[in-house]
Amino acid sequence: MADLNAKGALTAPIFKNNPIALQILGICSALAVTTSMSVSLVMSLAVIFVCAFSNLFVSTIRNHIPSSIRIIVQMTIIASLVIVVDQILKAYAYEMSKQLSVFVGLIITNCIVMGRAEGFAMSNSPGISFLDGIGNGLGYGFVLMVVGFFRELFGSGSVFGFTVFETVQNGGWYVPNGLLLLPPSAFFIIGLLIWAIRSFNPEQVEDNEFKMKHNTKPKEAV
Amino acid sequence: MAQGNNSIKKILTVAFSLCIVCSVIVSTAAVALRPMQQLNQELDRKTNILNVARLYESGVDVEQAFREQITARVVELATGDYTDQFDADTFDGFEASRDPATGRTLSGPRDIAGLSRVENYAAVYLVGDPDDPDQIVLPIRGQGLWGRMMGFLSVEGDGNTIVSITYYDHSETPGLGAEVNNPRWQAQWEGKEIFDDEGDLNPAIRVVKGTGSGEHEVDGLSGATLTANGVNNMLQFWLSTEGFGEYLAKFRSGVDQEDAQDADVELEAEGA
Repeated sequence: MADLNAKGALTAPIFKNNPIALQILGICSALAVTTSMSVSLVMSLAVIFVCAFSNLFVSTIRNHIPSSIRIIVQMTIIASLVIVVDQILKAYAYEMSKQLSVFVGLIITNCIVMGRAEGFAMSNSPGISFLDGIGNGLGYGFVLMVVGFFRELFGSGSVFGFTVFETVQNGGWYVPNGLLLLPPSAFFIIGLLIWAIRSFNPEQVEDNEFKMKHNTKPKEAV
Repeated sequence: MAQGNNSIKKILTVAFSLCIVCSVIVSTAAVALRPMQQLNQELDRKTNILNVARLYESGVDVEQAFREQITARVVELATGDYTDQFDADTFDGFEASRDPATGRTLSGPRDIAGLSRVENYAAVYLVGDPDDPDQIVLPIRGQGLWGRMMGFLSVEGDGNTIVSITYYDHSETPGLGAEVNNPRWQAQWEGKEIFDDEGDLNPAIRVVKGTGSGEHEVDGLSGATLTANGVNNMLQFWLSTEGFGEYLAKFRSGVDQEDAQDADVELEAEGA
């Protein structure tokens, strides 16, 4: 970790070390908030903000955090930041905060924020930690936007609320795919996205932990 | 260094100072932004009321439009009379339902809308002349598929003809149940009649599967039967005598509110 540079900390988490696609963290909120792109965008910005500043603050006081209560200290910092974000959204983007409802509050439990605070900010200087936070937030946001794009386009026939396919409900021709409006559909899209990213970066493919045996033949099973 | 950090004194100092700093930040944000948030909530509620009364156009000054066209009054549900006990502009029915003094518990077959508690008073919003309103906007509330749905129903001054319905807070499935707020679905409520004939206090309006062609029938939402059932149930509840039945009856019989109140007083006097 000695050869860290600012550019690497900022851009590596987007493709090379994406928190969702490679580390498979923060899936829960990626399922919940991606029904439309504008909601995904606000959620991404909130996570970037929280992740960057929690990294900054944790890193700033890292030499004074007793190791026995370090997780609590990190949680307290993260939780405070999340409450501040929630309050700001309620004051300045009321409609959006209604749509995001509990998911802003649930950033507290987002594994990405916690993971970066514990795994990176505790052992690096504030500047680079801040950039790392932004980078990981961007990586999260990138996946959210891609998933949000497909879910909104095929689920509601629009992009950022602007109609692309006129849906049947509004007198058009497009029959929207109801599955894409439900959270499980994000599993499919994230899975396909991970497949695509790993095809471009084969070094991300993990070794098999075990070898699958051939299926037993029917006559043996009887 | 690590040793020094783990002394009890250091742990307590760090924990305590961190808590102080964080609580100051959080409470500053909460207090500083509170007026803005309340303004937003208020604006949202007024926008929804204007919306359901078909008076809202984008770009219009909500505050001004609301002030000019709408009067809020609090109604005692059991009698259907207005009351001045509460400030109608700030009256919150949901809050009132939880207060033992202004709400009551519902159970069993009476609780068709899944409310468990209901208020004895409700705020209504009168469009136009408060004594002879063009429209009456009623707050409605009930269980949908996933959770509580809160909305408004607007009725014409005859207390019988529906103008529109809207939900401002719900957690129904996007694209299916959440289509309750689709303008095309809302449009078919217009002109539907709540009650069958003059004297009947039981609502005849139904959300049905199929065409919804009758004057008391509204077509349900395809793929969202349980949400449509929820809407149906909450209308049955709020338009019955448990809800606004008595209040609407005054408009249906065409008796002026103030006269009706006087008449009640006279009757009571005679009885005494």
